[in-house]
Amino acid sequence: MSTSQTVIVLLRRELLLAMRRRGDVLTVLFFFVIVASLFPLGVGPDPKLLRLMGGGVVWVSALLAAMLSLGRMFASDHADGTLEQLVLTPTPPVVWITGKILAHWLVSGVPLILVAPVLGVQFGLSGEALGVLVFSLLLGTPVLSLIGAIGAALTLGLRGGGVLVSLLVLPLYIPVLIFGAGAVDGAMSGLGAEAHLSLLGGILILAFMLTPWAVSAALRISIE
Amino acid sequence: MNWNSWPEFFYMGGYALYVWGSFAVTAILVAGEIVMLRLHRKKALELALNTVKYGKVKNDENEA
Amino acid sequence: MINRFNKYRYASPATFYHFAGRLIPWFYGAAALFCVAGLYIGLFLAPTDFQQSEAYRIIFIHVPAAWMSMFIYVVMACWAALGLAFNTRMSFMMASALAPTGAMLTFVSLWTGALWGKPTWGAWWVWDARLTSELILFFLYLGFMALQSAIDDPRRADRAGALIALVGVVNVPIIYFSVRWWNTLHQGASVSMTKAPSMASIMLVGMLVMALAAWMYTIAAALSRARCIILERERNAQWVAQMLEADA
Repeated sequence: MSTSQTVIVLLRRELLLAMRRRGDVLTVLFFFVIVASLFPLGVGPDPKLLRLMGGGVVWVSALLAAMLSLGRMFASDHADGTLEQLVLTPTPPVVWITGKILAHWLVSGVPLILVAPVLGVQFGLSGEALGVLVFSLLLGTPVLSLIGAIGAALTLGLRGGGVLVSLLVLPLYIPVLIFGAGAVDGAMSGLGAEAHLSLLGGILILAFMLTPWAVSAALRISIE
Repeated sequence: MNWNSWPEFFYMGGYALYVWGSFAVTAILVAGEIVMLRLHRKKALELALNTVKYGKVKNDENEA
Repeated sequence: MINRFNKYRYASPATFYHFAGRLIPWFYGAAALFCVAGLYIGLFLAPTDFQQSEAYRIIFIHVPAAWMSMFIYVVMACWAALGLAFNTRMSFMMASALAPTGAMLTFVSLWTGALWGKPTWGAWWVWDARLTSELILFFLYLGFMALQSAIDDPRRADRAGALIALVGVVNVPIIYFSVRWWNTLHQGASVSMTKAPSMASIMLVGMLVMALAAWMYTIAAALSRARCIILERERNAQWVAQMLEADA
């Protein structure tokens, strides 16, 4: 099987599994919406304040939701032995790991992007800012899946893995948060979002090139 | 020398709380780490001695 | 060839254990000497700052602690990389031995930063780029230690910790840059902690001597922690039994 075929087969399998366990996907989405809706209740309904906070709140909620879904990236495959089989295939690990991360993003990142505009409207973001929010999430959420994969691979099969992942991964998410929320802020204040978005794009390229190798090393460490 | 008397030195121009708060907490943390290291060493030595005396002990929990 | 021989000689835990045991008192002694000298310069020789009065004397602790906390993380990552590349157990042990001291110094720099900020900026905590980066560095140390303590198998703990240290060190510049970017956007220019041009050279000397003290202390603490780790891990080895019997 060629590498592209492997990735396609893997993606189909992951998406099929996600369809069968629709509850998991919906739980993460629901979490995202709930966290974002808690903020107005916490800080008060002042529209000016909410408009100022909107981009940051949606981004922080996306960070937490993305982290919540990391647990199942490798865990179920590890439990039923699929991961060992994947390690034994002649396909280079980096290839199928990239496939798995892509699948994770499609299942847990894309729904967030689709729902985000609704949350943005709740916070009174302008039309342009909504567009920037979606675009920044489009560039940023793959990075969350990529970096998160390292944490998920390292904590594979550990007790208290879920809390540990957050401790490992959240500090590494900070640049994405800063540039993502900064882009929305820039669009709202009229300063422009281009600089933030291009930095976010740079981070995405860097993460895309480096993290699959780190994940491959992490899985080797955790499985052997 | 900047100080005319010891009370003046400890007064730190009115910033005693901040200056001595920093120095004291640092001293406590460093001293605490040294104490922790000594305890760690004592425990490690004990563990090694027990292992030598009673043969291979694979797990720490196996010991009474 | 001789170099190569020596390198592997000291990579053996048994040799390292005895060698470190002889070095530790010297490093503690040097740390104490530098500390006394640095405190004397900082508290008695350095003049009063005309802007910040005596409150600035906190920087004799704050700045060396902040320097060391960053430096230790880089050294830790170097040991981690060495361990992953050459599979030397001692390198992993050094990385884990450095982490608690690094975390402690990061906390010291945060604490002293807050106590310096209150009289100078009027607030215990300001989201200044350097303080924020230091806080994130503290989280990175905690993550490293939490991961290692959650893994029971020492081999896996070593490697997993090494990998996260490397990932962290790649991210530190990105994090620092992004935090500075965020800070300048939201607050204008960031408030600088050490106004380099206005600083008397005696103050700089005091800071450097205190930094040396922190450095010597870090080496001593890391070596003695590494010795404890060796004892725990190698307690089944022949040389430990021989050494303990010789002592008894």
